[in-house]
Amino acid sequence: MSSRSKSIVVIGVLLAVGLIAPHTNAFGVLLITRAMVLAVLAMSLDLLLGFTGLPSLGQAAYLGIGAYLTAILATKYSFGLGWSFWLVVVLGTSIGAATAAIFGLLAIRATGVYFLMITLALGQCVWGLAYRWNSVTGGDNGINLPGRPEFGIRLADDVTYFYVVFCFFVASLAMLYVLVQSPFGRSLEGIREREVRMRILGYNTWLHKYIAFIIAGAFGGLAGVLWAHANGHVSPEDLVLTTSVDALLMVVLGGSGTLMGGAIGAGVVVFLREYLSTLVPWWQYALGGVYILVILYLPGGLMSIPVRIRQWRTGGRLPMRKPLRWRRI
Amino acid sequence: MGPVDTRFWLVQIFNGISYGALLFLVGSGLSLIFGVMRIINLSHGAFFLLGGYVALSVIWTSGSWALAIPLAALVIAVLGLVMERVFLRPLGSDPLRQVLLTVGFAFLFQQAALDIWGGDNLDIMPPASLTQSVVIGGLYLPGYRIFMIGIAAVIGVILWLVMEKTRLGAAIRATVDDAPMARGVGINTSRISMFIFALGAFLAALGGVIGGAFLGIYPGLDFQILPIAFAVVIIGGMGSLGGAAMGAIVVGLADNFGKALFPEISYFTLYAPMALILAVRPTGLFGRE
Amino acid sequence: MTSKSPRRTGLMLTGGFLAFAVSPTMTTGAAAQELIVGFIAPMTGPFAQVGKDMVNGFEMYAGQVKGDFAGAKIKFILEDDQARPPTAVLKAEKLIRQDKVHLVVGGVLASEGYALAPISTREKVVYIPSVPASDDLTQRDAAKYPYVVRTGWSSSQPTHPFGEWACEQGYKRIVAIAADYAFGYESVGGFQKTFEECGGKIIQKIWPPLNAIDFGPYIPTIKQDADAIFTLMVGPMSLQFPKQLAAAGNKKPVIGGGTSYDEFTLPSMGAEVIGHVSALQYSAALDTPKNAAFVKAYRAKYGKVPSYFSETNYTTAQMIHEVMKQTRGKWPGADEFVKLLASVKVDAVRGPVSLDDMRNPVQNIYIKKVEKKKMFGYDKEELWNTVIKTYPNVSQFWKYDKETFLSQPVYSRDFPPCKFCE
Repeated sequence: MSSRSKSIVVIGVLLAVGLIAPHTNAFGVLLITRAMVLAVLAMSLDLLLGFTGLPSLGQAAYLGIGAYLTAILATKYSFGLGWSFWLVVVLGTSIGAATAAIFGLLAIRATGVYFLMITLALGQCVWGLAYRWNSVTGGDNGINLPGRPEFGIRLADDVTYFYVVFCFFVASLAMLYVLVQSPFGRSLEGIREREVRMRILGYNTWLHKYIAFIIAGAFGGLAGVLWAHANGHVSPEDLVLTTSVDALLMVVLGGSGTLMGGAIGAGVVVFLREYLSTLVPWWQYALGGVYILVILYLPGGLMSIPVRIRQWRTGGRLPMRKPLRWRRI
Repeated sequence: MGPVDTRFWLVQIFNGISYGALLFLVGSGLSLIFGVMRIINLSHGAFFLLGGYVALSVIWTSGSWALAIPLAALVIAVLGLVMERVFLRPLGSDPLRQVLLTVGFAFLFQQAALDIWGGDNLDIMPPASLTQSVVIGGLYLPGYRIFMIGIAAVIGVILWLVMEKTRLGAAIRATVDDAPMARGVGINTSRISMFIFALGAFLAALGGVIGGAFLGIYPGLDFQILPIAFAVVIIGGMGSLGGAAMGAIVVGLADNFGKALFPEISYFTLYAPMALILAVRPTGLFGRE
Repeated sequence: MTSKSPRRTGLMLTGGFLAFAVSPTMTTGAAAQELIVGFIAPMTGPFAQVGKDMVNGFEMYAGQVKGDFAGAKIKFILEDDQARPPTAVLKAEKLIRQDKVHLVVGGVLASEGYALAPISTREKVVYIPSVPASDDLTQRDAAKYPYVVRTGWSSSQPTHPFGEWACEQGYKRIVAIAADYAFGYESVGGFQKTFEECGGKIIQKIWPPLNAIDFGPYIPTIKQDADAIFTLMVGPMSLQFPKQLAAAGNKKPVIGGGTSYDEFTLPSMGAEVIGHVSALQYSAALDTPKNAAFVKAYRAKYGKVPSYFSETNYTTAQMIHEVMKQTRGKWPGADEFVKLLASVKVDAVRGPVSLDDMRNPVQNIYIKKVEKKKMFGYDKEELWNTVIKTYPNVSQFWKYDKETFLSQPVYSRDFPPCKFCE
């Protein structure tokens, strides 16, 4: 699929979302807003998993930290409810990056399954703190946000907030796209494919991975800020292991290494979980089943469907991008 | 803070070890699966939970608790066997996809358990003889906890004997140490993988049955026990049986003492050491790579 | 030449979107004589049994009036929140925006009450917490939530009189062990306040986390020189704690908050809880004709004895019905409904219930003791919470002046402070 036609699809989908979504009913707007925030989280994971080959099961930690920061600033310090919202965005992104910088020092030494385990452990540490540090996080009661910010436009209006999140989503997508297309991004893919070779070529692979980890943490923090305001409530349940697993699900479903795949995966998962679940009781089988089928037969995720169709139609062998490389030392 | 006298310490140590006994059952399977197949089985928690549920069904139909233990474990072992053969085997060269596949199955199992056994909080009642407490020097030691330690010890010894004294054990250890080499020597590593995965499921399910009287059985338990099993494997070392035993005891004690002495940060006291150990020794304390 | 596939993908995705957007399940409004009730309860997860009792209680009443609330046909929509606040929030939004409910009823945990209440204010929809007992919903935060009317209870409501009762029993030193969240703090807080005011001392407070089921770390820390143990357990904790306490050799009297021995879990309990005393606004063993009829009908229909979760939702439905009788079946709008509901007085299964001016019930509090006996003509001996004392007309403020009470902070982990903790 040429990159021009790929861009057309992406822009087309974005336009569809942007124009049609606000006119669905009120609940639909809410769901799509949530899906877009989760899409940002999924894309941050895709940067690690799909492009650098680092499977992280701890991205929810950054979402949580960004969300809790937003909530604490809004309630204890009444900060972030006007123009200061933009400052909170910066702070949330920064705290996500800072946390990733600290965690990265511990995690980047590991690869493959060990990386998975250590990010899981770190994620659980953050969850444990959120759950038990009552004086700061409110424990399992969580924190209720006083209301969405207002600065000329009222974010309390769901359609308005949808557009704000939409802009952040598109901006994140664009920034990550530029990043992965850059020489830095290409080096990351090189590390994913064959780290030893990259090192022989003189690349400081540790530093590349570390920076990618920090960037992923930054976007996770951003997602957290948006998440806090989307729900109006932050709780330790937002940080549980299953949230990180969900992000993984979304990236794999949509197609790792494609950025947009994470967004599509987020849409599918939210759709199945929140909408289909209200219609039929077997939605979890649908989710699990689709996921398993994708892993078995569609390694490139849903994004690779058009390529597969073309492959099937032409009967020829098109060069398939090697999916999901498991990194060994 | 309670009275920190000898009795307190002894009881806490006992409690920690008994909890660790349960964790050994769950963690040893996970550790072995990793050692042989180099994958993290993310549906391990589901095996644990399903073990408990199947045991309940056996108890409801046959009334026998003693029968439920081996039967439930065997049923889940078969489930693991089928899963490995049909779904994991084809992806043999791609461990990451195998791991992701186990995630998908974890969700399916969760839903299936919900549909079959409902959403209620269930409980396994052990025979009355085990609910008595043994009194030693003024210390009340609940009989069931002693039973847990006993079962874990027996299983541990059996596993050790198999690993050290049988040809199968040697083959397994060879595969853990160096799979391509083992293949080169003629060991059927794919058959070993199948056996180990089924064994892991067996052990997890056993843990679920034993733990069912202790923790209860309810939806959500699968993903609650999973990170704790990981803690065992990480601290003890992946692929090492002795490591799993050490890890289980360490986690059992750390969790117990953490909650008793530092309740505010009790989860942190569990996961922070885990992260630090991994940072320093990515293969775990006793892990082999 | 660019193939059609990328465009097709785009079209497929857009089409999917449109289908989602215009699907017929998006209702636009309610029929004039319909009363749409959105019910949020855990149907899965550790509190599933509680959720089932809640739904059964409400549905039993609705069934008894054949779904006809003084002319309004009730439409009951149930959503599973797994007793998790973020899920409850999302389900509430779905009920309000998509199903256009008139009322949101339910939630279980105190934390859920705190999470759902702001939504009622934001969306201007009535929220009836039939179970969440978070004190401040109808105390210090009541002004923030004008659409919240509570039909259940507040956490400290039963434990206030219970503290006095404990003094009467001659207890002087008590260890409290309670679930580490708002409901635990508030229950213990109420007990501590009145118990210490009549000469008692709380000498230790232990807080196992909400989902703890292994009490091994906590039980050995209980001080040996206490007269009694006060426990506040919820969900799966209620079942496991007494068993483990007994297995550890405890000989002290055990008293507790109402949820520790409530009928939702009592049938699964054994001899270890006989003699334990607790306080709540309901007991299935309440020996009144109204309750006897309720228990028999409930048990015949659902196969188990009703718990307070069942009763509170049954009575909620009854109270809603009373309001609809006054409006002759027409939905009067959220503001008017709140006003009418707040002035309702019913002769409920639990006894007389009315609402105070902060929209929390004023009701009897029963001190109940677990006994093994036969009741209501059933021929088996079972565990029942026999009522041994009744405190009538208890409000959430007990005997305190409202303004004085509200000026003190909400009961928390550190309030009242543990003056006598050693």
